[in-house]
Amino acid sequence: MKLAVFVKHVPDTAEADLQVAAGGRSIKAAGLPFQMNEWDRFALEEAVKLKEASAGTLTAFLLGPEECEESLRRCLAVGADRAVRVWDPGLEGQGPAGAAAVLAAAVVGTPYDLYLCGAQASDDGYAMVGPTLAALLAVPCTTLVNRLEVTGSVAVCDRELEAGWTERVEVDLPALVTVQTGINEPRYVSVLGIRKARGKPVDLFDLAGPGLDRDQVGRLGSLLTVEALEPLPEGRAAELLGGAPDEAAARLAAILREKGGVL
Amino acid sequence: MSACAVWCVVEHRQGAVRDVTGEVVAAARSLDLGPVTAVVLAGPGEAHGLSRAVPGNPEAVLALEHPSLAGFNGAAVAQALGRLVGERQPRVVLGAHSAAGMEWAPALAAELRAPLVTDATSLSWEGNRLGALRAVYGGKLQARVRLAEAPTVLATVRPGSFEAVGSGAAPAVEVSSPELPATLGKRFVAWIQEAAGAVDITQADVLVSVGRGIGDAENLDVARALAQALGATLSCSRPVVDSHWLPKEHQVGISGKTVKPRVYLALGISGAFQHIAAMKGAGLIVAVNKDPKAPIFRIAHYGIVGDLFKVVPALTKAVKERLGGGRPGTG
Ligand SMILES: Cc1cc2nc3c(=O)[nH]c(=O)nc-3n(C[C@H](O)[C@H](O)[C@H](O)COP(=O)(O)OP(=O)(O)OC[C@H]3O[C@@H](n4cnc5c(N)ncnc54)[C@H](O)[C@@H]3O)c2cc1C
Repeated sequence: MKLAVFVKHVPDTAEADLQVAAGGRSIKAAGLPFQMNEWDRFALEEAVKLKEASAGTLTAFLLGPEECEESLRRCLAVGADRAVRVWDPGLEGQGPAGAAAVLAAAVVGTPYDLYLCGAQASDDGYAMVGPTLAALLAVPCTTLVNRLEVTGSVAVCDRELEAGWTERVEVDLPALVTVQTGINEPRYVSVLGIRKARGKPVDLFDLAGPGLDRDQVGRLGSLLTVEALEPLPEGRAAELLGGAPDEAAARLAAILREKGGVL
Repeated sequence: MSACAVWCVVEHRQGAVRDVTGEVVAAARSLDLGPVTAVVLAGPGEAHGLSRAVPGNPEAVLALEHPSLAGFNGAAVAQALGRLVGERQPRVVLGAHSAAGMEWAPALAAELRAPLVTDATSLSWEGNRLGALRAVYGGKLQARVRLAEAPTVLATVRPGSFEAVGSGAAPAVEVSSPELPATLGKRFVAWIQEAAGAVDITQADVLVSVGRGIGDAENLDVARALAQALGATLSCSRPVVDSHWLPKEHQVGISGKTVKPRVYLALGISGAFQHIAAMKGAGLIVAVNKDPKAPIFRIAHYGIVGDLFKVVPALTKAVKERLGGGRPGTG
């Protein structure tokens, strides 16, 4: 099988104090740890497993500037045969449909049997790039896949729904799937492994590259504009119990009795 | 404004309209663009029953019936809607940012080359352009976005962001059968329900819930000790299940279980909307998180900013002291 996986390099903001950068449309990236988008780690693992099972090939694509290459190195370290970084300074601030259009241009001309994306990115959370890419490549798409089995030219996919329900669908290959977390156990990749992959080449696809319909990219890229990033409006805020852990814990125990009716 | 100003795509599963549809209709009302039309896409013979169950009093119901629309098939929905939108040109098409909406909405937008904003928490219509607010970076900031001007624009709204309004008189229903390509490259096969596990967190009075902050399966003992002391049940966020630290039946969230305990203790949980949506009805919510900016503190009643590995053992000790000897645990 010829496989393609699409990954994004994102800031890990779970424990970070985020600051809006000058211009008001992005965050200050300096000092933030970056890593491969969580959903993409599962997509990559699924792609590598399929590659191994089918003795196929895997190409990894990433849209972003050079600083993002580490996620491509990770792809190479776990078994991607080829890595392509898609970028051009003019792509800064592209909306999700524009991002899909550029990625589509980068794969057009070398068709794959199966395209895998993460279900969403943890930074902007649009959940749009995968399905939009599928439409631009004119292949069927299944999202939120948490079980995938390829038999011949058909992929049987279980899609995760709400409240413990799943639906099973079949798609004819070539197809694109977006992967939900939990579908597999992403393998451990050592820093050394990623470093070793430094020796492997990463191809660059830029706006000067072939197969790019600039009008399409421009048109789709401007469908959605971020005007500003801002703090969330004041909501209900927890009453914080300060002090040393022992003091805070003692106060909380009292609250659990008085307000929670436990103890 | 024409009769087809704003369309709401009705979400249904196994013959029942999903509650989130009421929220989508409420989102449509918030735009104040005139009549709201609910659009039902269903299998043969299903449309009338579903149309009667649409919440939120839409002015009209447009229903499409086709064998490919029995069960959910994002490709069929996008194709069928695409034709209808082309013919009737609604200003706005709205859906939910749900498992269904996350599939049909981008496909429809791509088909129409129309602007789409997903996961909106608020919508506004200014000068022929749709504006939206959406949470980014795990709910730590919000982005103010604007869609390009186009004959039809699309949005999906975050479940829980708009308050569903009541249902009343059944509106007129127009049913038709769309033409769809003979092969969509995709077929619905079956609905599958997760098997019941050994623990039912929905029945628990007190939940001690752990998130990724617990770090590893071995560390769960810290939370288990607290649960034991409180007579509580252990629950968790999704990454804990994805990592196989706890079985799936412990997962709180939209793709796990919805819980409404008297007390919910969130330990090392950031507060993603998919988690919060399923526990915000708890009587007393307490969060322990080392990040003072964690979104969980926006819905918790009480919070401790700190390392759970310091706070939780201290809390377990304080609880045991209050009980003066302990109680038979169930955790
Ligand atoms: C379609 C879909 C469905 C989903 N369904 C669900 C669902 O049902 N349930 C669900 O939970 N999620 C669900 N998610 C995932 C959700 O988006 C989040 O990824 C997830 O809830 C994050 O879990 P978390 O808060 O445990 O982890 P993180 O967001 O990584 O947060 C970890 C937190 O722990 C804190 N922390 C770390 N170490 C410590 C320490 N030592 N002491 C104190 N605090 C610490 C950090 O500050 C951080 O706030 C779904 C996502 C999608 C796309």
